[in-house]
Amino acid sequence: MTTRQRPSRSPRSDSPAGGHAGRHVRGTGPLRRLGTVQLLLGVAAALLTVAGVAHVAATRVVDPDVAMAFGALIACGELARMAMPGNREVAPISTAAALGYAMLLDVERHAAGHSALQVIAVTAVGMIAGALPHLAVGRPPQMDAMARRLLAVALLAVVYRPLSDALYASTGYGSVQGMWWIPLGTMVVMVAAMLHVDVAIAAALRAERVRTAFRVAVRDEMRMAGPLGAAVGASGTLLALASHSMGLVALLVFAAPLLVTQVAFRKYAGIRATYLQTVRALARVPEVGGYVDHGHSRRVARLSVAIGRELGMSEPELLELEYAALMHDIGQLSLADPIPGGATVLTDPKQARRIAELGAEVISKTGVLDRVAEIVRRQCDPPGPGVPAASRIIKVANAYDDLVGASSDRDRAAAALDRLRADAGEEFDPAVVEAMVAVSGTAAAVARQRGR
Amino acid sequence: MRELPWPARVYIVALVTVAVVVIGRAFVREGGLGGPDWRTLIVLALLFLVCESVPTLLNVEQTAVSVSFSAVLAAVVLVGPLGAALVGTVAVLSVRPGLPLVKRLFNGAQFALCGYAAGEVYLLAGGPAAPPVDRFADLIGPYAAAAAVFVPLNVLQMAIMLRLASVVRGDQLPVRDTARFFASYLGYATFGLLIAGLWATVQSISAVLVLLPMFVARWAFGQYRAQERSYEATMAALCQAVETKDYYTRGHCMRVSKAATMIAEEIGMGGERLRAIRYAGMLHDVGKLGVPTKVLQKEGSLTEEEFAAIQLHPMRGLEIVRGIDFLDEAFAGIMHHHERHDGKGYPMGLAGDEIPEFARVIAVADAFDSMTSDRSYRKAKSPETAIAELVKNAGTQFDPYMVDAFVAAVRRHGWEPPERVPAPPTDSPQTVIKDHDDPTTPIQVASER
Repeated sequence: MTTRQRPSRSPRSDSPAGGHAGRHVRGTGPLRRLGTVQLLLGVAAALLTVAGVAHVAATRVVDPDVAMAFGALIACGELARMAMPGNREVAPISTAAALGYAMLLDVERHAAGHSALQVIAVTAVGMIAGALPHLAVGRPPQMDAMARRLLAVALLAVVYRPLSDALYASTGYGSVQGMWWIPLGTMVVMVAAMLHVDVAIAAALRAERVRTAFRVAVRDEMRMAGPLGAAVGASGTLLALASHSMGLVALLVFAAPLLVTQVAFRKYAGIRATYLQTVRALARVPEVGGYVDHGHSRRVARLSVAIGRELGMSEPELLELEYAALMHDIGQLSLADPIPGGATVLTDPKQARRIAELGAEVISKTGVLDRVAEIVRRQCDPPGPGVPAASRIIKVANAYDDLVGASSDRDRAAAALDRLRADAGEEFDPAVVEAMVAVSGTAAAVARQRGR
Repeated sequence: MRELPWPARVYIVALVTVAVVVIGRAFVREGGLGGPDWRTLIVLALLFLVCESVPTLLNVEQTAVSVSFSAVLAAVVLVGPLGAALVGTVAVLSVRPGLPLVKRLFNGAQFALCGYAAGEVYLLAGGPAAPPVDRFADLIGPYAAAAAVFVPLNVLQMAIMLRLASVVRGDQLPVRDTARFFASYLGYATFGLLIAGLWATVQSISAVLVLLPMFVARWAFGQYRAQERSYEATMAALCQAVETKDYYTRGHCMRVSKAATMIAEEIGMGGERLRAIRYAGMLHDVGKLGVPTKVLQKEGSLTEEEFAAIQLHPMRGLEIVRGIDFLDEAFAGIMHHHERHDGKGYPMGLAGDEIPEFARVIAVADAFDSMTSDRSYRKAKSPETAIAELVKNAGTQFDPYMVDAFVAAVRRHGWEPPERVPAPPTDSPQTVIKDHDDPTTPIQVASER
């Protein structure tokens, strides 16, 4: 049997910016323990799917052509799913189509009589159909992201569908003189509420997955999901309303604005990933030049991000931290020749400070990464007012990696932690050192050694 | 803004006159102010103004297409030709900062004319005026006809204007951009149709619903652009950081990138490939850092071991940048940029067409910049001399096709050689004695025996 690993080290990696191919991961395996939220979500989605499909099978499909059309669009949207920064899977067109179907009042003045369960069934089947081609070429979907999309739509459908008759009546059954403001208002309010619930679920999942505070996760998800959510909500509403006058043609035309939006976001996510890849790649230049230990900058970056997260940093802050940690030794390039041995915790402080200065100079030449430059500049400073939190984190992570390196020897790690603790206060920020102890997962080992 | 040449001004005056006459005639025909539905018209005009005032998505600066186009097309359906023309004239009031009056007048006049023409075509094609809810299907055909008139007319007026103002030469509007242009027109036309089709149910809210995703898209594009600019700056700064060690080669990577881009454009590369080769040019020498400084600095001939260290640098470079997905084809360019056309290069000794295209481009750009820059052991050659040297070595060291392309590109765009490098201050980082990129000073390898 596989031993159970700590759940905090989930294989789905934990960078703020996503795109983590081939990253070293601990605790992978088929028996990766699922988080509670993840498990609940999965079970809920599965139950909903079963209930929906069973209901539709037992009764009959109301308006099969409409259901088919929406289901097809949902499948297409699922096929065109994409990853937002932070490895967040989204499928805007699929979600908008499902919203539209959930809130549909009529199709060309033929009242829509489908139930909430049918909405769930159509959505689930459409989503699965759209995910199959991806699966066939070996790209499995993120199950929890899919479950979340289904759950959000299901919630909306359960609340909205029972009202649909009354709402349709309020428009005078689609007559030209009818008032459309009541259904429109209802749709807007409900979509907004649904988006908020969705953000809350996403935040709970993320908090569990990357071990960050729920409060921080909510803010991050809001920032990430806000604009796209607004676009999706507007398109869903549009679709529900447009079907009234345009019929199913609406499905074709309505997708256009959202398609443009999706293209824009895809490009954005792409450049974000490229950016990170590039900084990661070029951060290795000092390694190839023999200035620092192989893999040093990546390890420091990974550790720094973990500590930053433990300390409740938000994603933009974590991204800056990661960049700074990756490039913290870039100043060495300006030195004539490699410092023998490389490690900077053992070199004389003046030299280390000079490297930090030179590195900050290089980074500030970009003209855009000013805060990253500042973090790198202050990376050697003892903790004190005005020293950025990120600098303190890098100082600790850097010292730890200089002492431990790529070694996975537990005693060595524990000894390094002891040393950091001994210097906490004077040299290192005690809060950062404690966070470091927590994330390094060797807290137990340290305690054991102490007890000896 | 520069003064417009007189033909352009005459053209603008003519357009404005025609627009005024057309609107005036329509007024008279429709019996004055009673014609169009004023409430709808005002809402659409406001919508137009909002859209017009936000900058464009497209990157052809002079020919900005904005979402306002959708508003005019919606007006064609909702308020008829006169209304559409009036909505178009609102372009004069655009609050986009720094837009000169001439340009405003031109925009207003041309939008008005397009709107009017599209409106007439819509009615001719049998489009229902102010369509009731259940006649959406009747709307599509005439609407498409209207858009089909609007777009070419708009493009034509713009093109004439650009030609007259001699901002862009005729051959500088590449086909790819035109395709993107029409795609975005098509998209905007669809939005106009949606707004018009939904107007009967939720009036102006329809515009909000349609345009909200658009504005979010625009926001995301803005973010994307900002990230991309930032990315470029970061890339440049990091590449330059790699060069700081050598006093004389500073700026080399950026110039190679530029020269490689010139060649690539000349031979018709575009889009993603052009972008990749630009970055490949910047990154081609990152691996040089793995070569010990003392080897780079060594005077006289190198031992075979030392030469091997130099030969390894393209592979080191590749090793570093391999994690950057989008570069893809550029990897081969970095890896093989020291191959020779006759097969005597390194690291693999490929010859002729076996050498990847990117590498052949970079090899020419690299050698050229090396020759036209100062080195510690010689002064920079003039671009003419360097080109003569390239031509001389075409067919042996360089791919003749790439050399020809580069010569043509330099003839067309010129080349700005780097500034003279003053003698290095004494405490500066050391300098390379021999430049292995320089084809006029080949590396001498001492035989072991």
